[in-house]
Parts: sequence; C-alpha cells; structure tokens
Amino acid sequence: MTVPFYVPPEQLMKDRAEYARKGIARGKSIAAVEYADGILLVAENPSGTLHKIGEIYDRIAFAGVGKYSEFETLRVAGIRHADLKGFSYARSDVTAKSLANAYSHALGQIFTQEVKPYEVGIMLAEIGDSTEENLLFKITYDGTLFAEDHLAAIGGQEEQLTASLKQSFRPEAPLAEAVQWAVAAFQAANSRPFEPNEWEAAVVDRTLGRRAFRRLTAGEMGGA
Amino acid sequence: MTERRGEGLPWDPVVPAASFTALLRSRGLDPRWTVPAEGAALEAPEGTTVLAFRYADGVLMAGDRRATAGNVIAHRSLQKVFPADTLSAVAISGTAGIAIELIRLFQTELEHYEKLEGSRLSLEGKANHLAAMVRAQLPMAFQGLMVVPLFCGFDEDSGKGRLYSYDVVGGRYEETDFTSTGSGGPYAKAYLRGAFREGLTEDEALQVAVEALVAAAEEDSATGGPDLQRGIYPNVVVISAEGYRDISEQRVAAAARRAMGEAR
Repeated sequence: MTVPFYVPPEQLMKDRAEYARKGIARGKSIAAVEYADGILLVAENPSGTLHKIGEIYDRIAFAGVGKYSEFETLRVAGIRHADLKGFSYARSDVTAKSLANAYSHALGQIFTQEVKPYEVGIMLAEIGDSTEENLLFKITYDGTLFAEDHLAAIGGQEEQLTASLKQSFRPEAPLAEAVQWAVAAFQAANSRPFEPNEWEAAVVDRTLGRRAFRRLTAGEMGGA
Repeated sequence: MTERRGEGLPWDPVVPAASFTALLRSRGLDPRWTVPAEGAALEAPEGTTVLAFRYADGVLMAGDRRATAGNVIAHRSLQKVFPADTLSAVAISGTAGIAIELIRLFQTELEHYEKLEGSRLSLEGKANHLAAMVRAQLPMAFQGLMVVPLFCGFDEDSGKGRLYSYDVVGGRYEETDFTSTGSGGPYAKAYLRGAFREGLTEDEALQVAVEALVAAAEEDSATGGPDLQRGIYPNVVVISAEGYRDISEQRVAAAARRAMGEAR
C-alpha cells in the first residue's frame, strides 16, 4: 500500500494561488473608473465578439479577466442569479452586494475544493442614484472580495493601472475625460499607443434610464 | 453541485440560449398551471379591448383601462399595454392576473436572452416564443382562464413595423395592417377597417386609436371609454426605428376629448 505524500496546507494553497495568478497574468487587464454620471469600464480586447465586459442587470455591469470560458461561466451565473431574484421579488432587490457575495462564496469554494482553481479576476460595477452610492467590487480567484472606491483594475497589470488612474482621477469628471485617463493608463502600462478598435469599453450610466448599461463605440474611444 | 457551490448562484452548466423559464423550472420556481376542474367557477378580473396597427414610422398599440369580473367593474385603470423590450410591445386581454404575470415572464425572457447571447431575438423569434407561452396556458384556458395577447414591434431586418395576433391555443397570426382582440375587439376592428390607411402620421394614428377604443366602449360594456371626470385615458404606445415610446397622457387626453366630442 502506498502512503500519499503529505503536503502542508500552506504549500497547497500557495501552489494553487501561484497557478491561478500565472494564468491571469497571461491575459489582458481591465480598468474601471467613476465619472460624473456613472462608471466606465475599459478592457484591452481586439476581439469584437468575445466580450470581457457585460450587462448583468439594470444598474450592474460585469468584467472578467483570465480564462474566457471560466469568467463567461461566472457572467452567465450572475445574470441568472440577478434575473431570478428580480423576477421573484422586485427589480430594486437585485444588488451588486448580494451578487458579489455569491461570487466570492463560489470562487472560494472552487479554490479550495476543485482540482484546479479558476484563473479569473472579476469586477462588478453598480451605479447608485448619486456618485456616493456607486459600488465597485473586485473578486479574486480565491474568492477574496474587495470593495473599491472610485477606481479599480483587474488582471496582470492591475497595479500599474490602479496607480496611473489614481494620479489622474478627479471626482465628477465628464465621460470623455474618464476615457482619456483609462487610455493613458493602458498606454503607460504597455508603453505603446493603442488603435481605437483595440478597446472594449462600456459604461453604466444613470442618465440612460432603467437599463443603464451601454457599450462605447470605437469612435468614442478614438476621440480620446 | 449547485447547493455546495454557494447560496443562490445558479451554477448549472452553461446551455446556450437556455430560456429563463427553463431556469425557473430547474429551481422549482416555474409557474404551475394545474387547476382543479371546478376552477371554471372562478370569476377572475378580465381585461378587454386592445388593438394595434401600422402607421408611417412603425406600429401603434393601444388598450382601454377597464377590467371586469362578470358584471362588476373590477378595476378602472388597469394597464394592458406593456413594453416587451426596446423594440417591441405586448398587449393583453383575458384573465388579468395570469396575463400580467405572463407578460412579466415574457419581458424577463427577452432581456435574459439578450444579456446571455449579446444580441436580441429577432421579432419573429419573440412572436414565436410568446405563442409557445400562450400554448402552455391551454389547460387553464379549458377552465375559462384564458389569455390572448397581441404583439407588435419594429423589425430591424425588414425595417418596418409588424404585428401579430394570437388565439387561445397559441396560434400565431401575422397581420398586415391592423388587429384587435378582447371583448370589444370586433367593434374596434370594424372601426379600424374604415379608418386605417397607409402612412398615417403619429398624431393621426393616435386619434384613430382612441376613436377605435371609444367605438368599442360604445358597444361593449366591458370596455372602458376615456373617463374625462377621473382623468383615466387609454394607454397608447408607439414603436418605431427609435424604439418603444409611451404617448404622453396629455396627448392621449386631448385625442380622447376630440373623440368623445365626435361620439356625442
């Protein structure tokens, strides 16, 4: 009879975290920043069809980095969660907070119990009636949940993007200015200029009515 | 699997285009339509006259506001015309409680599909889906609790407005110019037959719609005419290339006053 090797839990977790982190670092990053009427999400994504940013519910947007199939599964689960809740109760009962908790729980379970952890980082942006009521959540591959103020980034270049956005951010700026911050942050992190069609960008904007999610066109990104 | 992985996150494998109803079913939350045989004795409030027709920019849809239970006026200001999504609208006649829930499910279905797939269903796809939902009501219809909707929208592919009528077994019929349903439907349709012409402007179409409802209310006790005293006016909406839009109450009220003046 063979005795399985003993692996200390610290080592096991460290290995899993490293595996997930490596996978995420290979992909491209996403940044989010607040502006006067809502929250802007910008991803470096040359594909026009495979989205990293999506609509979850009336005022909630989703963004995912890492392995496409994995964050896509999370996006779909999020839409189901939100639509079920909104249908069973009322539209106003769907909140980013409850969704972020569900994601955090699910990713935490997968990280410790599945054969391989998810190689993803996700972000939830929810706009409130005023800028103070905006919510920005970041959930990591191990289910750790962060509530961010004003701006956030996920992916391999998370730190550079966050640092750069922090420098340029000012409250209640117009959308065009927020686009410029994001573009500048990506250009600084990658040390190269970007073409307008290399972006995937979307906003949740409280001036758009019930469904606040809208994708930005290449023209809107290129004008920056 | 689902339970272990977190309260509330519906984790079931991703099935492309899996409908919201299928999701409800998988969670045991789907509407159950089995009713006992004596269900026919129920007198649930019923909504009555709704109509739709084409005009220059797309389609217009309108409905009166009355719900009746037998001889009783159950509700004076029921809304029977709803947005289905940004480019279509749906109106209901029949058992109000069931119909309104059906519309809520239909709206959620369309939005759910749009979010999952990243694109809207085609207009015909939406019309067919609604037909299937009405057909699923068939056991209820035998108990006297029937729902007959009207559906219309702006077809992005052909660039024009299209309208669909339904029957109680889920038959779906595309109409060319105008249609109407509910107890006052035949009267409204007779009026529209005379008043409809190609290329009505929005203002003309609004007037025709309100007059058709007034005509139905004149003949059918279950259809409520514009109530000038209480300020209750028909719901009128238009769907054009720009999308779904409610016609403001002031404009409907003005049209109603003109229509009532002529009816007198």
